[in-house]
Parts: sequence; structure tokens; C-alpha cells
Amino acid sequence: MLSVRHLIDTTSLTADDITQILDTARSFAEINGRKGIKKVPALRGRTIVNLFLEPSTRTRSSFELAEKRLSADTLNMGGSTSSVVKGESLADTIQTIDAMNVDMFVVRARFAGTPQKVTENTDAIVINAGDGKHQHPTQAMLDLYTIREHFGHLDGLKVAIVGDLAHSRVCGSLAPALKTMGADVTLVAPPTFQVGDASWYGCNQTNHLDDVIEDMDVVYMLRVQLERMEGAAIPSRREYNRLYGLSLEREARMKPEAIICHPGPMNRGMEIDAEVADCARSRILDQVTAGVATRMAEMYLLLGGENNGIHN
Amino acid sequence: MAYIIKGAHVVDPQVGLDEVRDVLVSGDKIAEVSETIDTPGAEVVNGAGKYLVPGLVDMHVHFRDPGFEYKETIATGSRAAVHGGFTDVATMPNTDPVTDTGAEVRYQIDTAQRVGLVHVRPMGALTRDEKGESLAEIGDMVMEGAAAFSDDGHGVQSAGMMKTCMAYVSQFDRVVCAHCEVESLSGKGVVNSGRTATRLGMFGWPPFAEELEIYRDIELSRSTKCHLHICHISTAKGLDLVRAAKAEGLPVTCEVTPHHLFLCEDDITDTYNTNLKMNPPLRSAADAAAMREGLLDGSIDCVVTDHAPHAAHEKDCEWEIAYFGCVGLETSLPLMLANMVAPGKMSWSRLVEVMAINPRRLLRLAPVRIEAGSGADLTLIDPERVVHITPDYLVGKSKNSAFLGLTLKGCASDVFVDGRRTLIDGEVAS
Repeated sequence: MLSVRHLIDTTSLTADDITQILDTARSFAEINGRKGIKKVPALRGRTIVNLFLEPSTRTRSSFELAEKRLSADTLNMGGSTSSVVKGESLADTIQTIDAMNVDMFVVRARFAGTPQKVTENTDAIVINAGDGKHQHPTQAMLDLYTIREHFGHLDGLKVAIVGDLAHSRVCGSLAPALKTMGADVTLVAPPTFQVGDASWYGCNQTNHLDDVIEDMDVVYMLRVQLERMEGAAIPSRREYNRLYGLSLEREARMKPEAIICHPGPMNRGMEIDAEVADCARSRILDQVTAGVATRMAEMYLLLGGENNGIHN
Repeated sequence: MAYIIKGAHVVDPQVGLDEVRDVLVSGDKIAEVSETIDTPGAEVVNGAGKYLVPGLVDMHVHFRDPGFEYKETIATGSRAAVHGGFTDVATMPNTDPVTDTGAEVRYQIDTAQRVGLVHVRPMGALTRDEKGESLAEIGDMVMEGAAAFSDDGHGVQSAGMMKTCMAYVSQFDRVVCAHCEVESLSGKGVVNSGRTATRLGMFGWPPFAEELEIYRDIELSRSTKCHLHICHISTAKGLDLVRAAKAEGLPVTCEVTPHHLFLCEDDITDTYNTNLKMNPPLRSAADAAAMREGLLDGSIDCVVTDHAPHAAHEKDCEWEIAYFGCVGLETSLPLMLANMVAPGKMSWSRLVEVMAINPRRLLRLAPVRIEAGSGADLTLIDPERVVHITPDYLVGKSKNSAFLGLTLKGCASDVFVDGRRTLIDGEVAS
């Protein structure tokens, strides 16, 4: 059983929580890998609302598949169908859905802290599917799963997170989770993309990918969020690629066992060259596969399993 | 109507009083101050165990009237002010329409007089519509009673425009109150920059965005000889700039809010309590300590609340889209008493300076002294009365206090405005 009731951020998770999620995900990964029926009755009769208040393709599909494979009933809300678009407050939206007696909210939001606000307006369990620039804990769990599957462990690994850290909820949840599991994290970015206070994560910081790349077990490339480029923190795609892009030349300098991750969607030719994205070190599609299993594990542990019944 | 306030400890450093006295109020004036007064027919107000001080003044409030009456009106704001112990408040001009001509100043003064609970001293905008582009009708507003001038809510971004404003105001013996914020640096910031911004995943509003504009405006004060008053100062370095200006003899003063004195960014937790979303944002614990020190050593001239009422739906939402500000009129004095006076950090005389004498002087109002012949704007404070800061305690229209849930000892029990008792034993006069 997890030490938290909701999955809002990775900073609240203990090493034991994370290990439980990753171990549970392993058994779900076996189900997902079946040739035949990829479905278990674990959450039959439970209702899960996918409230996506900003656009999302992969996270949303991953959650939806995970829910279906657990036999949960699902309701998708958000985007242009959302009453939020019509000016309804978040509290009203949540209370309205809550009145229909649902068991879980999966929340993706433009603003930091939205999932926390959701918990204040419902008795249902809440999973953060990404909130503003704050956190994206289910992404962090699938990343940790992918890395652990390759190395067999997480402690002592050296991980570089490279890219637009200032705008990145992926970094906001991955860095603390890696630290909790004993990994050594280095944040690599131009000064205009660095986090405000890296010491809070307990991470190393550098502006020079070339200084650290040979030493890393995992090179985690972040997407440069082109839609958040106002204020011009970097001069051009070309220059970013030259300074920070993962080229074949840089890939060749990585340790033999080292792997490459990326949360997607990729800007090929900007933060990662096309050949590198598809090379043998790349775990990018494994991450996507792990997403379904880890999300199944999170929902099962929060809603089913030993927790089942105590919230009714 | 006449009142004898009997046996209160009278504190007024302007006349060197710090002892128990009887005070006779007759009409709108103080008629007598002496050891014992017995005037037949005067109503006796028991002051035993209480402190009588010149009426408290808050020179930075938002009453939202006209334009945003669903948040606060001159009537409801006056109730909150007198409940908090104030006799005078200066209202910021970011109303709708913006208070940028004499007519809007006159509207506020007339409305407040009809309400009759406190004196409302409107501040006029520096620039038309607070757009920072062209001078507002400052002389017209002075003639209708504007107490000071400010584009509060945002700084005048153009240094050249600010220089024009200050030079123009310098002819009127009025203070320019500057909200210091370089917007190209504060940008989309909604919390102090640094750890809190990183932890909560939001853009930071860095201290130097405030400090740079403080520096700019001090130099403009030097150049124009206009009295500059820095609004809601929040950073240690900004305060050092004010200290240095004062040491040079420049006409520069500043104010601080109770939330920048007694809260800091560490109070913002994962619950994203939007009542802690301020502009300027809550700064570091070290900054808050520097503010308390500056208030004691004279570098900070007065305490103001930046009373910023907002409707529930404007705060019960995601932090990044919640409105900036909190209400403060009814918590300011209790917080100062509980955190500064009761522990012996601040004397009663200094409290009177920063909450009555100095703001009254900065608003260019006639002084109120506790002596015969002075205007009878008085606050009687009960240092033992306990207040629980709950939505019910707050009598203003909005309940967005940053201090909800606190229990504090000490508050105003009675207020006299022009000799009329507008707060009666803790209850606002009807």
C-alpha cells in the first residue's frame, strides 16, 4: 500500500512507494505483452474521469488504455467539450463531476497546483497527469521503470537531464524521484533554461553537455517547448542543436551501456538527431510501453488492491 | 456630544505623553487632557487597562468603488477600517473608471462622508487611466482633495514618464507613492523567484525587479526634488537603497505591509493557498526579518495593509490565475500588537509613529495630537482582547485574509472620528 492517498507529486513518494509501483508495473507489463486478452478485472465497476484541461495525446491514450485493461469505466472530459472553456470555475467543474459519484480523477492542467485543488473538491482519488510547469509524476514512474529494466537498479546511476528545464514538469518530478532512488542527477541546459534553484533537487548543474556526456549512464533529452519560446531564451533551433543537441557524434562518446530517453514528442533535428532517436541506445519506445504498465500499477495501488474499500 | 475617556494610558510622542490621563472630547475636538476630568453630561468611556492613541491611518487600501463593488464598497471598506481601529484610509486609484480626475476624488470623499465611519483620503492616479502614458489631471485632483498620487498596481514603466510625473507633482506638496516593479523582469512571476518558484513549478518575480525601480525612482527624486514614497517594500536590498537615500537627506520614505513583516515564501505550501498570492510576492524569511528591523530602526516610515479585497471565486482557483492581494484592515493592528508590541520589540510610541503620525504626515493631513484643541480622531486599544481571525470576524465584503485561522491578542475597542464614536466596544456603529 502506498503512503499517499493521491499521486500529486513525486516529492511525497518514499523509495518504498516507488519500488512498489515499479514492481507492480512489472506484473502488468506481462499482461500487456500477452498475445491474447490484455485485460484484467482489477478495477471492474470503478469509474475514472480523465479530465484533460490542456491538449495531450500520448499521456491521455496511455491512461485510457491502462484504464480499459483494468476493466474500469472511463469518462473523458476536457478540451473543447469542457465546461472550463465556457468559464466555469475549477471547483464547480469538479463538484459537478463529483456529484455523479466517480472514484478517480486523472487531471492534466495548464496551471501548477490544479490536481491539489481538485482534491479539495472531491472525495475521489486524484492522479496528476501533468500540471503546468510543476510535476508530471506518472511520466517519472515510467522513466524510472524503463531505466531500472535496463540496469536492474537505480541507485548510483548517473543521469543527465538535458533541455528546457525552466518550463519542464518532467524535470520537476523526474529529478526528485531519481534522487529518492539514489541516482546522481545532473541538469544540463543553457542558463536561460536552467531551473531557479537546482539545490532544491540536490542536483548538479552545468551548461556544457560535452563536459558530462562521457560520464553518464542515462542521457534524458527534454523536448524544447517551441510553443513556450516567447521571450527568446535561445537564439535559434540551429544553435540549440549545435550546443545541446544529441548528435551521432555525441552519442558515440557515451558509455557502452548508456541509454537515451526522451518523454516525447521529439523535435527531431533540434534536441535529438533522427539517427540517434532510432539508434540501439534509444529507449524512447520502451518508455511509451512502460507508460501503460506503470499507470495501471498506480491506479491499481491507489484504487484497487489493499486500498479498496477504505474510501467508500 | 461629549465623551470622557477615563483612565486610559495615553501614548502620543508628539506631545510627550506616555501615561494615564483622562481625555475630554467635545464636538469634533479634544477639549481637555488632564489627570482627572469630571464634566457633567459627558458620556464616560472606561479606558482602564487600555491605550488611547491618535487615530490610526492606513495609507494604502483598495476600496474598489466605483467599478468593482462586488469586492468592496466605500461603505463596506469603511466598516472594515473602523473595525480594525483606523480613523483614516487612503484609497488607491485603480477603480473603474480610474481615479484620475477631480470628479472621481470628490465622489469618494462625498460617499465616505455619507457613510460617516472613517475619513477616506483618495489617492489620484499619476497617469491617465494608470496607463503610464500621459499625465492625469493632478492639479484638479489636488483641488478636490487628493491626498497623494500613485499608479499603484504597476509601476510607471517608462523612466521618462515617471520623471515627468514626479516633476509635475513637486509643485503641489504631495507625495508620489511608487509601486516599484520592472515588468519586463517580473514578467509572469507569481511567487518570489528561487526555491519556492522551483518547488511549486511557477514563474518567479525576482527581488531585483523591485530594487531596480526603487533605485530609478530615488534618482528621479533627487533630480525632481519630488517626495518619493516607496509602496509595500519587500526586499532587504530595496530597503538598503531607501536607507542610503535617507542618509543623504533625500525626500524618500517607505511603507511595509503586515504580510511582508510576518509571512514569507516558506509559508506557501503544496496546498497553494491563494490568499498568500501577493504583489510584490512574499519574499524570503531573511527579507521579512529585515523588514521588521527596518520598521524598528526608522528606515521604514509606516505600516500599511494594501487591503486588497477579492471575491471568493477570484481566489478559489488555480494559483496562477488567482488575483493578487489580501484584505488586511482588520488584522493589521492585532498583528502588530501580538508580534511586535507584546513581546517588547516595539514601543507603544513607535507603534503610534508608524501607524498614525507618519502616515498622516505623508498624506499631508493636519496632525492629530492628544492635546486640547486638536481634532478628535482617536483610537482606543484593548491589549487584552482576543480576536480569532475567521471569515465571521471580518466585517468587510471579502474574506481573503492571509491570516485566517490565527488567534491574536490585542485590538481596537473604540474609535472616534471627528468626535463621533464609530467603533463602540468592538462593534461598528450603525
